[in-house]
Amino acid sequence: MEIVSHTVTNLIIFVLAIYVGYHVVWTVTPALHTPLMAVTNALSAVIIVGAMLAAALTQGDLAKWMGTAAVALASVNVFGGFLVTRRMLEMFKKKDKSEKATQGAQH
Amino acid sequence: MSLNLVTLLYLLASVCFIQALKGLSHPTTARRGNMFGMVGMTLAVLTTAALIVKLSDMKAAGMVYVLGGLVIGGGIGAVMAKRVEMTKMPELVAFMHSMIGLAAVCIAIAVVAEPSAFGIVAAGEALPVGNRIELFIGTFVGAITFSGSVIAFGKLSGKYKFRLFQGAPVTFSGQHPLNAILGLAMLGSGIWFTATQDWTPFIIMTAIAFVLGVLIIIPIGGADMPVVVSMLNSYSGWAAAGIGFSLNNPMLIVAGSLVGSSGAILSYIMCKAMNRSFFNVILGGFGQDAGTVAGKQEQRPVKSGSSDDAAFMMSNAETVVIVPGYGLAVSRAQHALKELAHKLGEKGVQVRYAIHPVAGRMPGHMNVLLAEAEIPYDQVFEMEDINADFRQTDVVLVLGANDVVNPAAKTPGSPIFGMPILEAHQARTVIVNKRSMASGYAGLDNELFYMDKTMMVFGDAKKVLEDMVKALEAL
Repeated sequence: MEIVSHTVTNLIIFVLAIYVGYHVVWTVTPALHTPLMAVTNALSAVIIVGAMLAAALTQGDLAKWMGTAAVALASVNVFGGFLVTRRMLEMFKKKDKSEKATQGAQH
Repeated sequence: MSLNLVTLLYLLASVCFIQALKGLSHPTTARRGNMFGMVGMTLAVLTTAALIVKLSDMKAAGMVYVLGGLVIGGGIGAVMAKRVEMTKMPELVAFMHSMIGLAAVCIAIAVVAEPSAFGIVAAGEALPVGNRIELFIGTFVGAITFSGSVIAFGKLSGKYKFRLFQGAPVTFSGQHPLNAILGLAMLGSGIWFTATQDWTPFIIMTAIAFVLGVLIIIPIGGADMPVVVSMLNSYSGWAAAGIGFSLNNPMLIVAGSLVGSSGAILSYIMCKAMNRSFFNVILGGFGQDAGTVAGKQEQRPVKSGSSDDAAFMMSNAETVVIVPGYGLAVSRAQHALKELAHKLGEKGVQVRYAIHPVAGRMPGHMNVLLAEAEIPYDQVFEMEDINADFRQTDVVLVLGANDVVNPAAKTPGSPIFGMPILEAHQARTVIVNKRSMASGYAGLDNELFYMDKTMMVFGDAKKVLEDMVKALEAL
């Protein structure tokens, strides 16, 4: 039997993932669009996986250094993206003090 | 560790990534979502590390390079995340897009140099045509993302003298034909590369893509940056997906597609909020004549008042709605604003905030600034949710916003006709704080400023707000 090519399998995953992404992102509240962008920055940094293979498994200098550079670039986003998102989301946490202010404002 | 197990762990990580986005549907679930994202990423990285150890026959000397990159990059990222000011978030996000773009290009170069290391082909074999096309796409999208984001970063920070980094659009005759020719040339070298897997077309193609990234962002003006940042966000996702295709890695494809569709949706929301088509924004040149149009207008009288007057009016109101705009971010007045709202709350005034989707320089920017000042998110309302309430509002305080409250959007024939606005003009009284009478980004006069019920308070938002707080304390 003929084997389905990688590209076709990948295309199936691609289309379905876009579909999932489309529906999930529309549920994101507009108030959190900035954290959304920060966290998507971290998520696209998952190409660090490819960068790691390039840095660790290649033999030639060019590929090795390109891989190492890519690991460094992507990890800026992995750490930066998730941490800054966490920092922002902490700000959206309700604080006791501000809750009192809310009540004050509503009376 | 078998390859099947690796792939299944990657699947688990992909599910975590979806959960990370899903959590953002509400502030209370968002932090858990972010946790999912971190877990997914850790899983992905550890799995890959295990795979590397296995593939290199337990020697794993190459992991030294990985760790080196990880420590350097991770350190930089962590410090930036800790130090960045919330007003500078758009710049940080643009900077991070450029990281993804450049990383994608680096990985693509490594793949072209040694495809066998990635398990795509056996050593010494040429790449299959499918992977070459995917590499071509991943590389040019990555390169455009990189150089485009660098320009966007410069425009957003606005502190560099370099002309291309200034907010005003850069346009010249023959700009669009030039872009089209370069685009075709890039496509041509891509086809050449696909046919031969040669370095020459690959280098030409990458170089053109870097130039194109610069050229497509320079004609776009500063205030259209919410669209540009969202668009580059989308590109960075597609670049990641492109790399995923060329490495046959489903997890990269899933994560890239999530990011790509997220950025696309944000661009759509931003364009809709400006009532402009995506192409109108991308072709650029909007708001170029801002200065001249405003200059031609005859001087009309406006009612201006002091911060004390404004504070007095607000303290006598029952309901106040605050409309923050970019001016608030520029003068970093969010904490002063919180102080004012607190004082008004003590006097029994109901204070709410109305946010236009394009307020600020990136989607949701104002919400983050208000959250930073510990303003509870349940006092902050989106445009659709609060527009009906302006009619019953005693005082609207507009802080450094212009086009988003311009009633001209309701007048057929106006350049911004049809743009959804915050209907501040419906309120009983309007207080507008601006630095000067200069027109907004659209270069239009704002009828709201000349209304009888409007009082202008000129000055820097932070200074004005602090004066208002002092006046309230004295009352």
